[in-house]
Amino acid sequence: MAFVIVLVVVAIAVFVISAPLRAHRDHRRQEDPEAARVAELEFARDAKYREIRDAELDLRTGKLSPEDYGAIDRTLRAEAIEIMRALEASPAPHEE
Amino acid sequence: MAVVGRSLLILGLCACLYGIGASIYGARGGGRVWVDSGRRAMYVLAGMTLFAFVILDVAFITSDFSYNIVATGSSTTTPTFYRAAAIWATQQGSLLLWVLLLSSWSSLALFLTRRRIPEIVPYAQAVLFALCTFFTGLNVLFANPFATSANPPAEGAGLDPLLRHTTMMIHPPMLYSGYTLLLVPFAFAVGALISGRLSAEWIQVTRRFALAAWLCLGIGILLGARWSYTELGWGGYWAWDPVENAALMPWLCVTAYIHSIMIQEKRGMLKVWNISLILTTGTLAIVGTFLVRSGILSSIHAFVSDPTLNISFVGLISVMVIGSLYLVIWRKDSLKTDARLDSLISREAVFLFQNLLLVALTAVIFWITFFPLISEAITGTEVSVGPPAFRPFVVPLAILVVLLSGIGPIIAWRRVTVAKLRRSLTFPAVVALAVLAVLLAFGSIGPHVFALLMFGAGAFVIAAVAQEFYRGVRARRAMTSESPPVALGRLVRRNRRRYGGYIVHAGVAFALIGVAASTSFQDSRTATIRPGQSVMIHGYKVRYVRATASATAQKLSFGAVLNVTSGGHHVTTLTTSYGLYPSQDPTQGPIGRFFNGSAESRVGLRAGLTQDIWAVINPNITPLQGLIQKGNAVLQKALTNALAQPPAARAQALNQLYQLRDIAIEKLTGRFVTNPWPATFLLIVSPLVTWLWLGAIMAAIGGLIALWPLPPPRRRRPALRQRRRELAPEPEVRARELV
Amino acid sequence: MDPSRKRAIRLTIALTVALLLASALVYTSFASGRDEFTASQLLKRAKPGNSYILAGTVLDGSVHRDGPVLLFRVRDPKLRMSVPVRYTGSVPDPFAAGRGVLVTVREGETSTFIGEPNSLTTKCPSKYQAAASN
Repeated sequence: MAFVIVLVVVAIAVFVISAPLRAHRDHRRQEDPEAARVAELEFARDAKYREIRDAELDLRTGKLSPEDYGAIDRTLRAEAIEIMRALEASPAPHEE
Repeated sequence: MAVVGRSLLILGLCACLYGIGASIYGARGGGRVWVDSGRRAMYVLAGMTLFAFVILDVAFITSDFSYNIVATGSSTTTPTFYRAAAIWATQQGSLLLWVLLLSSWSSLALFLTRRRIPEIVPYAQAVLFALCTFFTGLNVLFANPFATSANPPAEGAGLDPLLRHTTMMIHPPMLYSGYTLLLVPFAFAVGALISGRLSAEWIQVTRRFALAAWLCLGIGILLGARWSYTELGWGGYWAWDPVENAALMPWLCVTAYIHSIMIQEKRGMLKVWNISLILTTGTLAIVGTFLVRSGILSSIHAFVSDPTLNISFVGLISVMVIGSLYLVIWRKDSLKTDARLDSLISREAVFLFQNLLLVALTAVIFWITFFPLISEAITGTEVSVGPPAFRPFVVPLAILVVLLSGIGPIIAWRRVTVAKLRRSLTFPAVVALAVLAVLLAFGSIGPHVFALLMFGAGAFVIAAVAQEFYRGVRARRAMTSESPPVALGRLVRRNRRRYGGYIVHAGVAFALIGVAASTSFQDSRTATIRPGQSVMIHGYKVRYVRATASATAQKLSFGAVLNVTSGGHHVTTLTTSYGLYPSQDPTQGPIGRFFNGSAESRVGLRAGLTQDIWAVINPNITPLQGLIQKGNAVLQKALTNALAQPPAARAQALNQLYQLRDIAIEKLTGRFVTNPWPATFLLIVSPLVTWLWLGAIMAAIGGLIALWPLPPPRRRRPALRQRRRELAPEPEVRARELV
Repeated sequence: MDPSRKRAIRLTIALTVALLLASALVYTSFASGRDEFTASQLLKRAKPGNSYILAGTVLDGSVHRDGPVLLFRVRDPKLRMSVPVRYTGSVPDPFAAGRGVLVTVREGETSTFIGEPNSLTTKCPSKYQAAASN
């Protein structure tokens, strides 16, 4: 009985581990480095949006003066634009 | 099923070795499919380890004493809950738990990053597999949890009385979760260094694992402290024991890390610092695991030392230290950054100071903890430095850290004008000064300078956090006209990391106020009194009302009921007892071994928001020793005679003797009630201890809030997409979405 | 002020503070530490009037109480020998024969070492206690 259980476990393990090596699916997505780069850009874009929000929150909660906020906000938005330009230029599909 | 369990461990080891090879081969040009295959090997390892763990746990629950560790770690009389948790009270079982947790968190991390940072993940995967190989290898080669015996005993060893506490069953899994979660960002840091991809991406994907590690380690440390306070009969919750420190050090480091990575995410600064910090933290996690098992430092916690394990751990730690140093030096040019601190009056500067303080704290604790080994290396003699050595360094550093945790939230990134800073600091500073003034005027604080400073710093933090919440709600309401509770809820929901962090800061402030008060203003007294007698402590009259006693086959109990009054008014009734569990030492005698075994105190505790009243009894059974010795002699002679009888009569004779023995033990125990002798009580009145527990719970809730994933950002309107196509200078983001 | 000069000043201040802290730490450690000895080391190197931390295991069968006084022997981890200790003060719950202990002692007038009150600590149990058997 123990032998059978171990054999079944080994079979499942081999099946699961070898699946990518056996599969002939979606090579484009697996091998496409551009998809990973787009994912990073989207992540960076979302992080930049959060920073813009954080700066706005700092202004509204009185931590930043309007002048300081203006300078920081301009910098952050410029960085966001750069990221979005890079996303627009990417051939891979990306979320809007 | 023991064979199945052992086979699973061996197969798991094979999966680890395959995973290392597949990951590296995939990274070096073999293709993504090999990396994916390696990732699946991690899933398989986690599954196999879980299966093995379940097999072992079932053995514990069903009291299958053919398993050696079940025979030595459990008994049929152990309650089911403790039997289920007994698996990790043993060396072998705890290592298995380590592998299970490490493989599970690794599986989660690799699943979440399966389509991200493809240059880094394969190397991180290989590192995680290497660590899994180490611990699985220990289980397979040196600490086999599935070892069996052909002649299992009819009954196993019982649960040590001190471990019969819920917190002690949860404490190890929490600590191990913390340690294993720390190894995820460690592995990704190594992957980033090897691959050369050193921007903030690897930090972003592993940040939550670091935060989860912080949370789990913190809960584990808190549970240990709670157990110490309520179970051990000394009235304290922290003893600066080496193994306690071993969990505290990585916790302090990861606290520094989760702050300093924000600087790298926002400003691209502190790359060398952050990567060095997480490599150190991961190494400290292994050092902590090693300390518990090695016995290299005299600790009340250390398991029995095993030289083979010690050498293995030292080897792993050496590889981690040397490897980390090499990688950081190799990539030092890539880790350079041109970004600089804009101003010392900025959140970056505050975080940096806080980091330096936390690392200094860790260094102090590390030095003092390992000083016996350091001194032996230098002078040839082990020199121990006791808990008082920590205070002159830890307390001032802790006060500064708390103070900075109040300044950080109210200061903005990059730079702040002096006027804005003054405006933000005014309210918390006024509150802090007011608290100090009141305490100086009405409390006998005087000589306790450090406690006073901690109260002031704590008040500053709490006021600063309250101000932040007030300002945030006010800002949101100005835009949305929501009611305050709704505005508060949505404010926190949309800014979880920020406001979760603020709650953590406030919780830690409450907790450290509790620590300062309870350590500086505790009143304790030892008194030996009889029933009917009283003793005064801190304005309370504690009267020993009556003695209690009970006797069962598992435990003898000697207790007391205490009545606490103040000014003639009843305050509380405390019940405390001292339990004695039978010893296996034959030299104690057939009756004596019931009275001279392991002891366990049940604390009488009345916990309140302002103070705790704590009492524990030490009944001192010396008055019974004469009768016990007489009983030993009589019973031993009778047992000898009974054993000499023919088998048919022997069993009956022995049964009768055991019944007589039990009656004698019951009568002896009952003498504590019928003829009570003076018992010694340790009485403690300790202010604000409850603030420690409540503050820690608050910090944990804040950590959970900060950990919770953000809702996805609202998708942009067509106007924004159109704008982007025209490459407008400023994307349009509605103000409503910002707060 | 030139930014690089500012950075140099900040670095100097930080390093100076770190050095002061490290020096204080090293000094305190060596000044306030107590030698930790096993039983055999204690017998060889203990000097009258000094106190030491004795580390070892409580010898089976050696634990006795004489009123408030606890008498026991601490076994050397490697050699077959032990030293007697006379101790008053709080006794931790885990204390028992066969358990690891640390106690601060000084040489007594007889061959017994006198334990400092409330200095006794005991290792937590690493294994479960054997159940009671008839």
